[in-house]
Amino acid sequence: MLAAALVGVIGLQAESASATAAVTCVADAETGCIGGTLQNTAGPVEGVTITVSNEDDEFEESATTAANGTWAVAIPGRARYTVELDESTLPSTAALADSAENPVEQLAVVGASSTVDFNLVLDATPSTGGSSSTTTGTVTPTRLLQQFALGIRYGLILALAAVGLSLIYGTTGMSSFSHGEQVTLGALLTFVFSIQLHWPIVLSVLAAVVLSAASGWLQDVGIWQPLRRRRVGLVQLMIVSIGLSLALQYAFQFRFGGSTLQVLPSIAKSWSIGPIRLSIPSYIAMGCATIVLVGVALFLQRTRTGRATRAISDNPALAAASGIDVDKIIRLVWILATGLAGLGGALLALAFNGAAWDLGLQMLLLMFAAVTLGGLGTAYGALIGSLIIGVVVEMSTLWLPSSLKFAVALLILILVLLIRPQGILGRAERVG
Amino acid sequence: MNWSDLLSLTAGELIAPTTAAYALAAIGLNIHFGFTGLLNMGQAGFMLVGAYGFAATAQAGQGFPLSALVGVGCSVVFALILGIPTLKLRGDYLAIVTISAAEIVRLIGRSSVLSDITNGAAGIPASRFNKDFLGLSVLPDGRTALGPFAYANNVGDGWWTRIVAWAAVLLAVLLVWRLMSSPWGRVLKGIREDEDAVRSLGKSVYGYKMQALVLGGAMAGFAGVLFVMPASVQPDAMGRSMTFFIWTILLLGGAATLWGPVIGSMIFFVALMFIKTVMRDVLPSVLRPEQLEPLAGILVGITLMLLVIFRPQGIFGDKKELMLDVR
Repeated sequence: MLAAALVGVIGLQAESASATAAVTCVADAETGCIGGTLQNTAGPVEGVTITVSNEDDEFEESATTAANGTWAVAIPGRARYTVELDESTLPSTAALADSAENPVEQLAVVGASSTVDFNLVLDATPSTGGSSSTTTGTVTPTRLLQQFALGIRYGLILALAAVGLSLIYGTTGMSSFSHGEQVTLGALLTFVFSIQLHWPIVLSVLAAVVLSAASGWLQDVGIWQPLRRRRVGLVQLMIVSIGLSLALQYAFQFRFGGSTLQVLPSIAKSWSIGPIRLSIPSYIAMGCATIVLVGVALFLQRTRTGRATRAISDNPALAAASGIDVDKIIRLVWILATGLAGLGGALLALAFNGAAWDLGLQMLLLMFAAVTLGGLGTAYGALIGSLIIGVVVEMSTLWLPSSLKFAVALLILILVLLIRPQGILGRAERVG
Repeated sequence: MNWSDLLSLTAGELIAPTTAAYALAAIGLNIHFGFTGLLNMGQAGFMLVGAYGFAATAQAGQGFPLSALVGVGCSVVFALILGIPTLKLRGDYLAIVTISAAEIVRLIGRSSVLSDITNGAAGIPASRFNKDFLGLSVLPDGRTALGPFAYANNVGDGWWTRIVAWAAVLLAVLLVWRLMSSPWGRVLKGIREDEDAVRSLGKSVYGYKMQALVLGGAMAGFAGVLFVMPASVQPDAMGRSMTFFIWTILLLGGAATLWGPVIGSMIFFVALMFIKTVMRDVLPSVLRPEQLEPLAGILVGITLMLLVIFRPQGIFGDKKELMLDVR
């Protein structure tokens, strides 16, 4: 039942929008490519239209072969695509070897280039037909650096959300399963302000963060504080957060539908630093995330409130006894955590130019992996864990199909629990 | 509004194979959470693993008994893999690992990696794996009508599937009843109440927790087999929402009760169908058709929150029986 909603169409990446002269499609974390070279014994065949569509007709994109015969289409997600060569656009010097081999069915995934070759001949003598293959490509230093950069980008954004999750866990002891939806909230609010209300993008992000933080305040006032007063058990709280996650996730779907929404009014340009090529919003997102994370670290380390927060994480009873207003600090933590998650969501939406109802859903798993790796309840651990998870997950796509990258995160999670359950920075007595 | 349609639609949910599959999965979760206090947040993952194991074996031409056994076996292995690193740790680690693992099974299932077996996001249609199961039917071909329930006998969504599914539910209830009044069951409840006390009596808490996880996981595995029988193995239909629906069912009926999961499942699906049908009739001007499913989901989420806050023991449960604190 959710299938149709999940196969949302993701906005196309900038690089592949309109390229007829030199056909390029860079397969990265969020796009895949279907492409090939059209040639016969006389050489490359130019100006042939090839249409890639998927079975549900949710996606259709055409490409025209360039002077060197190459063509490529960026695809938004994993699906079985129908690749059809428009025979009427073939020049008179070329013909399909076997018309029955057109269209070609090709299973394509994100993060990889799938090659579809049509067998063209000079005359219409039948021979062997279309062949296709899927490769993740060879690992070159350039790709290594590129994936590393993507990993850092994802890790920094993940850290924004994970630090909040870790702070909530540290101060209240609760694993908040609705934290992923807070990320989604930030992304979707950015979409509302930027696209629906036509606000400038900076203002949109700010408004999204403020409203996200306000949602944290509202939650603490409306749900969590009353439950703390009633001395509701941690497991109950956890299930309440699951109910909240379910309700929010469906509310997003109710309001925004199942597809991925672009948050930038125009397609962003890319920019290369050495071998690394990222969209400009990605650089900005990384910069913002770094500044905010440093700010959070300074807040926790240098300010009275920050120290009080850490004191509660260490020992709530002792903190309360020494005059810290635990309830006030916890409310602040909720505001801070949801605000950070909202910022993470907004930046994620900018970097990928897409927001969808299930954006935070998958991120939640990586957040859990990150905070467990770093040490549950430690803010700095969450930061380190996020960076490691981000880099490992993105780099794994060099060798593994990108659909397995979340499985890599789970593998790390299980290994950490087996070898060092308290995580990198956690203390052993937390676990038992 | 057409009342007789509404009535037959909602009554149909009462004995639907889906209701039975959810009931069986909730019985499994009841062993985990209700009796042992384990926080399994990935019950749908156990079901999906079971369904894939079953469908893959049946697709390869094996008979139903062997295929179902392989499906359940896959769930058992899944339980072992998840239990070994987490059951010695605090309760929420199991929650984190199970929710992640279930999601990853779904992601791998819908990816192209194993598409020879899983057929990717499109899923495996039931016609590829339920022939042998339907061939085992003792019913004559044709249709049978009992009051509002009129179904074909030997199709995926027919009487035979319903009979087998509810028989499995009854067997599971019987098994839980015997087990929980046995010394083994009392140890489980002891673990739920006070792990350290049980440990001090010389019991291997880890071992008992693992047995409970495996038993409940195996039930979920067979529930997965039942769930896919009428339609298809569709990974996206067996994601987080399914797990949370199972939790809602369990908490609605009452955790740590014998019949709670079964009655909970019936109430849940009848109510869900009733609400959806009424909404479809009453609100066509306000709602787009594709908004119906999310609206029902919002209601389930809110129900779950309210249940846990105001009546954690559910309809039949005993509040004293509910261990609701992380150990």
